[in-house]
Amino acid sequence: MKVGLSWLREYVDLPADLSAADLDLALNNLGIEVEEIHDQRHSVQGSLVVGKVLTIEELTEFKKPIRFCTVDVGQANGTGAPQEIVCGARNFAEGDLVVVILPGGVLPGGFAIGARKTYGKNSHGMICSAAELGLSGDHDGIIILPTSVEAVPGDDARGVVGLDDIEVHVSVTPDRGYQMSVRGLARELAHAFKVPFRDPGIAPAPGATATPAWPVTVLDTAGCDRFAARQVRGVDPAAPTPSWMAKRLLTAGVRTLGLAIDITNYVMLELGQPMHAFDADRIAGGLVVRRATEGEKLTTLDGQARVLSAEDMVICDETGPVSLAAVMGGQTSEVVDGTTNVLFEAAHWDPTMVGRTARRHKLFSEAAKRWERGVDRQLCLVAIERAVSLLVEHGGGQAGADVLDIDHAPDPVMISMPGDRASRLIGVDYSVDRVGDLLTEVGCDTAVYDDHVDVIPPSWRPDLRETADLVEEVVRLDGFDNVPSTLPVAPPGNGLTPSQRRKRTVGRALAEQGYVEVLSYPFVSASVLATLGLPTDTVKLANPLSDEEPLMRTSLLPPLLAALRRNVGRGQRDLALYEQGLVFLPDLSAGIPPVMGVAGKPDPALWEKANASVPTQPWHVAAVLCGEFERSGWWGAGRAASWSDAVQAARDVLSAAAVPAASVTISAAEKAPWHPGRCAAISVDGVVVGHAGELHPAVCTALDLPKRTCAMELDLDAVPLPGTTPAPVFSTYPPALIDVALVLPASVPAAQVEAALTEGAGPLLESVRLFDVYTSEQLGAEQRSLAYKLTFRAPDRTLTVEEAVAARDAAVAVTAERFGAVLRGA
Amino acid sequence: MTYRHDPYDPKQVAMLDPAALDDAVAAAAEAFAQASDLDALAVQKAAHLGDRSAVSLARREIGALPPAAKADAGKHVNQARTAVQAAYDERLAVLEVEQAQRVLATERVDVTLPWDRRPRGARHPLTTLMERVGDLFVGMGYEIAEGPEVELEWANFDALNISPDHPARGLMDTFWVAAADSSTGATESGLVLRTHTSPVQARTMLTRQPPIYVVVPGRVYRTDELDATHSPVFHQVEGLVVDKGITMAHLKGTLDHFARAMFGPDARTRWRPHYFPFTEPSAEFDVWFAEHRDGPRWVEWGGCGMVNPNVLRACGIDPNEYSGFAFGMGIERTLMFRNGLSDMREMIEGDVRFTRAFGMEVH
Repeated sequence: MKVGLSWLREYVDLPADLSAADLDLALNNLGIEVEEIHDQRHSVQGSLVVGKVLTIEELTEFKKPIRFCTVDVGQANGTGAPQEIVCGARNFAEGDLVVVILPGGVLPGGFAIGARKTYGKNSHGMICSAAELGLSGDHDGIIILPTSVEAVPGDDARGVVGLDDIEVHVSVTPDRGYQMSVRGLARELAHAFKVPFRDPGIAPAPGATATPAWPVTVLDTAGCDRFAARQVRGVDPAAPTPSWMAKRLLTAGVRTLGLAIDITNYVMLELGQPMHAFDADRIAGGLVVRRATEGEKLTTLDGQARVLSAEDMVICDETGPVSLAAVMGGQTSEVVDGTTNVLFEAAHWDPTMVGRTARRHKLFSEAAKRWERGVDRQLCLVAIERAVSLLVEHGGGQAGADVLDIDHAPDPVMISMPGDRASRLIGVDYSVDRVGDLLTEVGCDTAVYDDHVDVIPPSWRPDLRETADLVEEVVRLDGFDNVPSTLPVAPPGNGLTPSQRRKRTVGRALAEQGYVEVLSYPFVSASVLATLGLPTDTVKLANPLSDEEPLMRTSLLPPLLAALRRNVGRGQRDLALYEQGLVFLPDLSAGIPPVMGVAGKPDPALWEKANASVPTQPWHVAAVLCGEFERSGWWGAGRAASWSDAVQAARDVLSAAAVPAASVTISAAEKAPWHPGRCAAISVDGVVVGHAGELHPAVCTALDLPKRTCAMELDLDAVPLPGTTPAPVFSTYPPALIDVALVLPASVPAAQVEAALTEGAGPLLESVRLFDVYTSEQLGAEQRSLAYKLTFRAPDRTLTVEEAVAARDAAVAVTAERFGAVLRGA
Repeated sequence: MTYRHDPYDPKQVAMLDPAALDDAVAAAAEAFAQASDLDALAVQKAAHLGDRSAVSLARREIGALPPAAKADAGKHVNQARTAVQAAYDERLAVLEVEQAQRVLATERVDVTLPWDRRPRGARHPLTTLMERVGDLFVGMGYEIAEGPEVELEWANFDALNISPDHPARGLMDTFWVAAADSSTGATESGLVLRTHTSPVQARTMLTRQPPIYVVVPGRVYRTDELDATHSPVFHQVEGLVVDKGITMAHLKGTLDHFARAMFGPDARTRWRPHYFPFTEPSAEFDVWFAEHRDGPRWVEWGGCGMVNPNVLRACGIDPNEYSGFAFGMGIERTLMFRNGLSDMREMIEGDVRFTRAFGMEVH
């Protein structure tokens, strides 16, 4: 909503010297968001005066015609002598009144005016066009002031050309439809500045006459609970819209379309009542207000042929629908250039109906915005009267004697509010009288009792429905600054949950290993999922930002790899990134959630059913890496990031998650998008919780990733939360260290060999560590040697050599039995 | 006592002469002093303390002396030997220190050589800022509540007093989840990407009994194109308190405390009336930030209000018995003005140079 302050001043006695800053603060404190306050008075600096053209000398020796003028600017130039000015415009004559900016002035845009020599003459100032003054002028050339202007040369021209106003551009919250009008804003400003307000919304207006202004039948009084109309006949179709009205419409961003229509828009801006002007001669017979029938057609004013829904409301004549009620008129009945008989309509429509119709037809007109937010149902007759008198005044014609008003008024709703309700909710001690006074100020009918206040909200405040709404008005008008600052005391809490702590620990662990956290968008394309070999039947957005990426990630890897590629593109070579977040796994058989009301807590069965339709969203952690994991440098060679770092990252995560190493199993796996020979499945207690390894070379190529990019992803939610850590038991007796080198088929995974050694060695084994993997021609391609360091220790004694050797032999025996392993060198 | 039966040799006996012994001691001391390193000292040790050294030979001669002379000669020889040994020990200690210093000198390295073998990791400042907010409130007794990001339309809107026809629903710029199976004729899935963390309010109230004191950090979605100040994916933190006797003054106290914890002891909040469907009364609030990079100023921070009775009712809480407040703000926005960022895209692109600058925790 954008209006000039001068319009607001017609209804509220604002201080004469009100500054833009004070206005801004006042509106903010009222909860009205200020988009911009533009003080036109300061848009032109210096002397901007009315001038009278005395002489014009045509200069013809230049490429384009130029005029050298003398202009009477009165005493504004200090001498009273004619001002010599060179001008390129030609739309004026000697004797015309024009607008002159004198040297020293500055036009909008910082364009400074000085005395200068141009086209061989000295020019002292400039004769201005509307555009140069920052006014939106429709035509070229300089401004010629009408002879009717009461101004003499030398007078300040700002008021004359309309540069004397403050334009106020505000946003109105969805609950306060009444503020979308001069009436509503003026009322609010009256609160802020404690000044008188003259309500144009309660101006006297004639009521319904015995004979209606037009035969009208309202068939659906739920959709339309009031319908008023009146005619003006014999209007001069050529009568122009007065310039002051055009200017106000222009400021508001409303195009002028002819007097009758302009008046409906003007009244809407002024009072907040959307209206419609019919050409009475283009309506066939009586009007009927009803719901549309499904599939009914109407061509609206914007030229769109619309197919209507049974929820829409229409105004029909004998030919069918002539207007999409409350949203947009139809072409056949609209006021046109030759219209002489106008039927004004002002009705009250169901906000829900209008909102749905506006959304259905994507017609968010100024009218629809107001209906949706709530319009004062008592405005109909006042608006009609205002429109009729404006049209009679500026377009001639005669107001019709008959007034139509079909009013199905709902019963007024009274809210009974306990006297201490506001105090108890706000924490300020408002007396019951204070509450009554403040609510009266916003227009409520109030009756104050010792312990409660009975309140009937005004017709323009359909948003005031219960006591909380009234409390808001109390604190808003009394001022938020008066609310004290007191800390509530919460009951003792339980701290972070184990799962919340784990997310943090896991993140820190990866960061400490050199990984950098990324928070990427979860939107993915089907093609990337297909490239990665991931399923594409996943959660899909109906209105994605990019049609390329309508799907929600089922894995953290696609966006994380994109971040890796972005970093590579910016010149990074050695990268280790990680991300934690939700992935979205739809249960495609779940169906849509059941309908649930809001009157009370949902039925537990319904709530459960609803939640079953929400996709499973487990918390994942993923890491990707490329380049050197350990850099080369003066210390020697670096080490390229490899599948083993990815697996180690998974181990680091599980270790940070306090999963005992004994519970973790690493096994070879074949899973997209990993390299089939370089992919490990990571299991906890036998359940696969994720994979790690080197990406498939084809994936790296397709996604333009560095060769041998590695990746790890775990479903952290699938990892069991740790119980209480048991205290470790360890022996202080000396260990017995024995190395064994086992020759066995290369196809046997090291993890299984280690498990076999552990199993065979028995309880004396403290640790087993693989320290060498050896292959040679002598061993053959199918065999390899794995060298282990076995540490034996007893809890209660120093082991003898014989005991340690016996345990070692037992360990080796299991590997021999299971894999045919032989001791190397034995 | 044993007797040696070596043939008598007057020359050797002369070694027992006290003057000769003194000369031997002096010669040894001189030789040790001249030894420039441990190897040279070892050579001199053999010469002056070895079996063929003057003092050793002198001792050997004692046995040849008449018994009356033995005691006296022995005394002299021992004194001489002790003196030589002492001279040796003294020199040895000096040379050992010198030797150790030479070794240390040769082991000198350039400790200014850079060591960037393992590049540093880092945590995202949005993550750690959310943790910081969470920790502040956990310290006050709150708990951290969580919820799904693909959310029930009911929880995101209806339960929060945003009915299907509410104008606010249109203002939320919502991502809608497509119906899973169009063959059933369903055009709507009943699911959205949550537009705010507020559905967790509803989930919390449905699963916990008051008193409720929770904060909800989390990721939210709006259909805004990415630019310097907008992102379709961003983070909020939300607070919800439902208890007996909760007032707007409590809300103000909580936000003022929060502001001081985040922005220093001078911070405070300033409120403006606003509209949110889920709170009534509602306000937007600014924070006074003394260390703003462009100078001390009020900065728009978030929205708040008293929980709308309709929300309490939809979640099965009696608004006549309990009242509550809720507040929320954007984490990106907070990080931007607090740490002087100017472009939201930096937080999203995943450039390691951005994240590394914040290290393990945002300060």
